[in-house]
Amino acid sequence: MEAFLILEDGTVFSGTSIGSPKEIISEIVFNTSMTGYLEVLTDPSYAGQAVVMTYPLIGNYGICHEDMESERPWVDGYIVRELSRTPSNFRSEDTIQKFLEEHDIPCIAGIDTRALTKLLREKGTMNGMITTNEHYRLEDVLPRIREYAPREEVRKVTCREKQVLAGSGFKVALMDFGAKKNIARSLSQRGCQVTVYPAYTKAEEILADEPDGIMLSNGPGDPGECREIIEELKKLYRTEIPIFAICLGHQLMALATGGNTYKLKYGHRGGNHPVKDLTTGRVYISSQNHGYVVDTESLSEEVARPAFVNVNDGTNEGLSYVGKNIFTVQFHPEACPGPRDSAYLFDRFLKMMEVKKHA
Amino acid sequence: MPRDPRIKKVLVIGSGPIVIGQAAEFDYAGTQACRSLKEEGAEVVLLNSNPATIMTDKDIADEVYIEPLTAEVLEQLIELEKPDSILPTLGGQAGLNLAMELSDSGFLETHQVRLIGTTPETIKKAEDRQEFKDTMEKIGEPCAASLVVRDVEAGVAFAEEIGYPVVLRPAYTLGGSGGGIAKDEEELVEILQNGLRLSRVGEVLVERCIAGWKEIEYEVMRDGKGNVITVCNMENIDPVGVHTGDSIVVAPSQTLGDKEHQMLRSAALNIIDELQITGGCNVQFALHPESFEYCVIEVNPRVSRSSALASKATGYPIAKVAAKIALGYTLDEIKNAITTKTCASFEPMLDYCVVKLPRLPFDKFINAKRTLTTQMKATGEVMSICTSFEGALMKAIRSLEQHVDSLLSVDFSDKTEEELVERLNLVDDRRLYVIAEALRRGISRDVIHNITRIDKWFIDKIAILTEMEKRLQTEPLTGELLAEAKRMEFPDVVIGRLTGRAEREIKYLRDKYDIHAAFKMVDTCAAEFAAETPYYYSCFGSENEAAGEKTRKKVLVLGSGPIRIGQGIEFDFCSVHSTWAFSEAGYETIIVNNNPETVSTDFDIADKLYFEPLTPEDVENVVELEKPDGAVVQFGGQTAIGLTEALLKLGVPIFGTSARDVDAAEDRELFDRILEECCIPRPAGHTVYTCEEAVVAANELGYPVLVRPSYVLGGQGMQIAINDQDVEEFIGVINRTRQEHPILVDKYLRGKEIEVDAVCDGEDILIPGIMEHIERAGIHSGDSISVYPADSLSRRIKRVIEEYTRRLARALHVRGLINIQFIVSNDEVYVIEVNPRSSRTVPYISKVTGIPIVKLATEVIIGKTIRELGFEPGLQPEADYVAVKMPVFSFEKIRGADIGLGPEMKSTGECLGIAKTFNEALYKAFLGAGIRLPRTKKMIITVKDADKLEAADIAKRFAALGYRIYATRSTAKVLNENGVKAIRINKLEQESPNLLDLILEHDIDLVIDTPNQGAAKSHDGFIIRRNAIETGVNVLTAIDTARALVTSLENREEGLTLIDIAKVRGRDAYTGGNL
Repeated sequence: MEAFLILEDGTVFSGTSIGSPKEIISEIVFNTSMTGYLEVLTDPSYAGQAVVMTYPLIGNYGICHEDMESERPWVDGYIVRELSRTPSNFRSEDTIQKFLEEHDIPCIAGIDTRALTKLLREKGTMNGMITTNEHYRLEDVLPRIREYAPREEVRKVTCREKQVLAGSGFKVALMDFGAKKNIARSLSQRGCQVTVYPAYTKAEEILADEPDGIMLSNGPGDPGECREIIEELKKLYRTEIPIFAICLGHQLMALATGGNTYKLKYGHRGGNHPVKDLTTGRVYISSQNHGYVVDTESLSEEVARPAFVNVNDGTNEGLSYVGKNIFTVQFHPEACPGPRDSAYLFDRFLKMMEVKKHA
Repeated sequence: MPRDPRIKKVLVIGSGPIVIGQAAEFDYAGTQACRSLKEEGAEVVLLNSNPATIMTDKDIADEVYIEPLTAEVLEQLIELEKPDSILPTLGGQAGLNLAMELSDSGFLETHQVRLIGTTPETIKKAEDRQEFKDTMEKIGEPCAASLVVRDVEAGVAFAEEIGYPVVLRPAYTLGGSGGGIAKDEEELVEILQNGLRLSRVGEVLVERCIAGWKEIEYEVMRDGKGNVITVCNMENIDPVGVHTGDSIVVAPSQTLGDKEHQMLRSAALNIIDELQITGGCNVQFALHPESFEYCVIEVNPRVSRSSALASKATGYPIAKVAAKIALGYTLDEIKNAITTKTCASFEPMLDYCVVKLPRLPFDKFINAKRTLTTQMKATGEVMSICTSFEGALMKAIRSLEQHVDSLLSVDFSDKTEEELVERLNLVDDRRLYVIAEALRRGISRDVIHNITRIDKWFIDKIAILTEMEKRLQTEPLTGELLAEAKRMEFPDVVIGRLTGRAEREIKYLRDKYDIHAAFKMVDTCAAEFAAETPYYYSCFGSENEAAGEKTRKKVLVLGSGPIRIGQGIEFDFCSVHSTWAFSEAGYETIIVNNNPETVSTDFDIADKLYFEPLTPEDVENVVELEKPDGAVVQFGGQTAIGLTEALLKLGVPIFGTSARDVDAAEDRELFDRILEECCIPRPAGHTVYTCEEAVVAANELGYPVLVRPSYVLGGQGMQIAINDQDVEEFIGVINRTRQEHPILVDKYLRGKEIEVDAVCDGEDILIPGIMEHIERAGIHSGDSISVYPADSLSRRIKRVIEEYTRRLARALHVRGLINIQFIVSNDEVYVIEVNPRSSRTVPYISKVTGIPIVKLATEVIIGKTIRELGFEPGLQPEADYVAVKMPVFSFEKIRGADIGLGPEMKSTGECLGIAKTFNEALYKAFLGAGIRLPRTKKMIITVKDADKLEAADIAKRFAALGYRIYATRSTAKVLNENGVKAIRINKLEQESPNLLDLILEHDIDLVIDTPNQGAAKSHDGFIIRRNAIETGVNVLTAIDTARALVTSLENREEGLTLIDIAKVRGRDAYTGGNL
C-alpha cells in the first residue's frame, strides 16, 4: 500500500506503508545512528514524535526484544528508506515489520530520507502527517498538521507505580520522566538498589524513602511544560542528596534553579556528537536525543556552571551545580543506542554518594 | 594542545615499490600527510624508492629522495638532512619497519631524531605477537589461543595442544606473507617453515582457528591527550579465513546490532588507549556469529589499506588528521575538512552503503591458484557507494573492469546442483557468482550459509538480485520494474540482455519513465550539517543534490580504476597532475574514478569528485548533469581510453589527440599505412581473426612470432610463439574473453628495446629523454629494467628516434602525450608500438629530467605550443643523472604463478635508482627492489640453449666475485667448457640431492633460470622457479637481467650518494612551475 508523508510546508513524500495503516500527525525528527533502531523506537523520549532514520538500511538484524529500552515503542511514526526483508542475527526474534504492525505504528518506507533530512536541517524541525489516504487534500490537512504540538508527553510515558529493583548498594531514587531501561540497568550493574518513581511523585515521598542519591531521567517533550515536576525538583535541590540528571532531567533541574531552555532548530539525535568535559578538556563521543537545550546565559554563575559543551555547535551539554552534589548532562551516558564512552559518569555519581555517605 | 614547536623538519618514509599488500593507499596517505605537515609550516623530507608516486613530487615535499628503502640509506639521509622528527606510520609496513630498525639500533637517539605520532614502544606492543597478546590479556581483551614459535617443533607441539586447524601468522610481514591455515601436521610444517623464513624476526604465531567467524574492522583515531574516536567500522562479507584485502567488504557493518557494534567499538577504543596510539590505527576482530564472543585478530598501529578505504567511505581524511595529531594537535582542534564547521573529534555517520571488491590478478596469472586465504593476492580494489547494498554491489562489480557487469557474468549454469554445492566449498574469487547460481537453482540459503559461513543477510541480498534477473527475464518491462532494477543498479546493458532488448532501448524507456540517476553527497554526517565538499555518488529513485551549474570551462578527467598489473599508480599520477594543470589554467575540474586507494579520489584534488564505475552508462550520468566542455582521456590508461567512443556519442569533445587518431594507432591496417607514409619500418605482421588465419600468417612471417590482441595494456595475452601449436594455444586463450578487435601476429625481432615519451602540440614535439631497456625485446617493457639516458645508442640512432617520433606524432595529430616503443636491431630502428597517451614511464622520466611533462601535455591540450611554454622542441639535453627503473614483482604472493618473464607484464611495481653513474644507479635500483646480494655466494644456473654462451660469460663474472656455481647437466657442460667451474647438480626427476634440495636448504643466493619461450614450458623449470621464489631466493629469468646484476655487484660501492630530486636541474625556461 502506498503511504504519504506530508510536511507542514506542503512537501509530500510518497513511499510504501509498513506497520499500521493508520494516520498520524507528529513532529518529524531525524536520527543519524547507524545501529540501534529498536532502542530508538522504544526510547520514551520520542513520544510525540515521528523519527526519520538517516541510515538507509534498517531492520537488518531484526528485533531482539531484550534490547528494548522500555516496554513498548513510543514513536508516533517511523520513516525509513529501506526495511530489510530478511533480518539476520543470532538473537533476532522477529522482523521490524511485524513489530511495527503489532504495536500499531505507522511506517513509511522507500522515501529519500536524505532529501527529507536536508529539509528538516534547513527549515528546522517540522510537523508532518503519515497517511495511507491517497485522497488527502493539502488545504485540509496542512492546518491540522501545523496545529500539532506534543503535549504532556511525560505523563504518557512515566510509570504508574513506584517500583523497587533488586540491589544491595546505594539506594537510588530514579525519577522516571520516560527513563530508558539502561539508566536503571547501569545503576543496578554498579550494585545500586534502584527505586523507580513516577514522574509526578512528590519530593517529600521520595525523601521519606531516604535515598543515597537521586537520578533524574531522560524524557520527552518541552521541559517548560513540566511545571509541577520543576516545583518538586526545587525541593530536592535544597537537600544535600547527590543528584545526577540526564537529558530532560538536566533541563528540568536548570529550570528549577532559575535557568531557561530553548528549542534547537533541529535538535541533536544520534550517536556521534562530541562533547567536551570542561574540567579535563577531554572530548567524548556521546549518544544524543534532544530538541531543547539549556541556555547557560540564563543561569547564575553562583548556581551552576557549564561542565560539558557540544564541540559541534557550542551548546550546553552539562552543568555542575555550585556548592551542591549535583551534576547534570544533556547527553546519554546510558547509551543504548550509541557509544558507551561516558558511562564513567555513573561511576562519578556513585563516588558522590560514597563521599556523601562517609561525610 | 597546540602544535609542538620543536617539530620543524620531518622525515616521511614512503612504502617503496607497489607490491601485493602494499599498494597505492600509501601514496594517498603519504601525500595527504605531507600536504598536511607543510600546511602547518613543517619542512618535509621524503624518502621513497617508488618514482610513480605523487608523494615524490617536488611540490608535495621540500626535499625528495627516490632512494632504496634500507637502513643504511635512511641513516645516511638523516645525517645529511638532519630532520628533528620522523613520521613513520604513514608509509605502510615497509616504512614502519625501517624506522623501527633505526630506533632499535639506537641510531635515532644518537642523532636526536624523534619518532612522532605513535611511539616505538607502542609499535612494538602492537606488532610483536607476544607483547601484543600480553597487553590484550592485561586489559581483558580476548585473543584466540596462540603461541609465538621460533621453530617448527614448537609449532607442531602447540597445534597438537589446541587442535587443528590452526592459523599461522608470521611477525612483521606484508599483507600476511607466508601465513595460512594448516589443517594437519603436514600443512603446518610446510607453511611454518616458509613463514619463519619470511618473518623479519623469525617468529610465527600459531593460533586457534576462528575461520568462519565474522570479520569486523574498526578504524580508530587517538590524539596525544587521549581523545578517541572510531572513524568507521567495516564488515567483511567473507568470514575470517580470507585476508581482508581479498574480501568483499561493506561499510558500515550490516549484520551487527547496536549491542555487538558498541561492544567491539568500546574494545577497539580500549585497545588503542592501552597501546597509547597517537594517530590512526586499525583493529580487526573476529566475532562469533552466534554469541557475543569475540577475539582481537590484529592491530595495525599505522594507516593502512583499510584506513584509506575508511577515509574514502566516510569522507574523513585519516592520514591528514593523523599527521596533525603527530604535530601535537588534539582532535577537537582539527577542523572537519568536509563540513569546515565541525571538528575532527566526531564520528562519521553514513547514509549510504559502501562495498569494496578486490581486484585479483588471475587474468594475468592464468595458471595460478585462485583460492583466497589469509595471504593477500589482490593487486588493487574498487569501491562503490549506493543507498542500498544491492546497488553498491552491482556498481562495484562493474567497476572491476574484468569483463563483468552483473552476477551473471561468470557462468556456472552448466554445473549440476551437486557440483554447485561442491563448488561452494572452494573459497576463490568466483564464489560470489557461484552463490548467485546456487540461488537461481533454488539451493537453500541454509545450505549456502552452512558451507560458506557468509551471513544470511548477504546471501538474501544476492538472492534479491537474482530474483530481479528472473523478473526481468519473465515479466513485462513496466516502468515500475525498470525503476526497481535501476534502484538495484542493474546497468542498461544487462537489463537489455535479460529482456531481449537493445541497451539503447532501455535508455529510451528510462527517459520515457523519467528514471534517472541522482547524485548524493558524501558529507561525513548524514546531512546533519551543511557540507562544502563536492564528493558525490549516484543512486536511482532519489532527489539529485549535485548542482551542475556552470561558471567556468569544465573538464572531465577520467581516472584509471583499480590498480592491476599493467595499469598501476602511474596513471593516477598522470590524472592528478593533469587535473592540477587544468585547474591552474582556470578550468573547473571533475574527476570520475572508483579506486579508494588513490590520490585522485581524495576529495580535494579536483573541484568535484564522482566516485563511480568507469563504464559508458555511469559516465553518461555524470556528463548529463555536468555537461563538461570536454573530457581528457589520455592520462587514465586504457580504462579512460576505452571510454572515448562513449564520450563522443554523448557529444563530449575529447581534449587532446582525437579519438580517430587513437584508433589509428591501434588499428593495424590504418597504422601500417601511416608508418608507410612516414617511411618508418616496423616488424612485418598481420591482422587476423581466426586461429587458421593466425597459423597461416605465422608461417608466412616465419617463427618466432608475437601473438596478441589489440587494445590491451600491459601486454595482456601477448605471447611469443615458436610453432603452430603455440599459435593455436595462444589464440585459444585470447578468445576465452570475447574480442571486439582483431588479433595481431607479428614477426618477432630480437634487439635492443627503446622507449620514448613525448609531448606534441600538433607541430613540434618535446622528448624529455630516451630510455633504453636492459632486457632485449620479448620481455614486456613494464617488466624490463629501463635506463635513462640511453647511452649505448649512437647519435645517429638517437636522431632517427627523434625524427620518427616527430613524424609519428604529427601523422597521428597528437596533442598531448605519446609513447613509442622501438626496436633497434642491426643498427636499424623499427617501431613496435605507439600509444598516443600517457604511459608507465611518464612519472619517472618527469622526475629525473625535471621536465613536468603531464603539465606540459595538459597545457598543450588547452592550446599552448611547446615554444610558448618556453621549450626548444625536440630531444632535450640529457639530465645530470642516470636513472634506472627496476620492476618489482609479487610472485611469492601468487601460488602457482609462473614467474618467467615474457611479453605479458607481470610486475606489480617499480623502484628507481638515480645516481651520477650508471653503475651506482643500477646498484641502487637492485637494492631498492630488495635484491641485496651477496649473502651465501652460492647460485644455480640453468639456461636454455640460446642463452648458454652468454651465461658462461656471466657465470665467469659471478665466479670472479667468489660465487660457487651449481648448474644442471647441459648448462654445466657449457660452463665448464668455457672455463667456468660449475658443480653439476641433478635435475628434479633425478635422485637427491637435486636442484630442489639445494634450493630448499636455504643456502642459495640466486637462481638464473631462463625458460624456453613458447608453450612447451618445462614443468621442471616451473617447479624450480616457484620453489625458489617461495623460499625467498632471488630468481632471474632473463639473461640480460643477470648481466646487469653482476655488473652492479662488480661495481658495488660502500656509501651511496643520495640525490635530492627536488633540486634536479629544472627547466629555467619554464615558469609555470608546479611539478
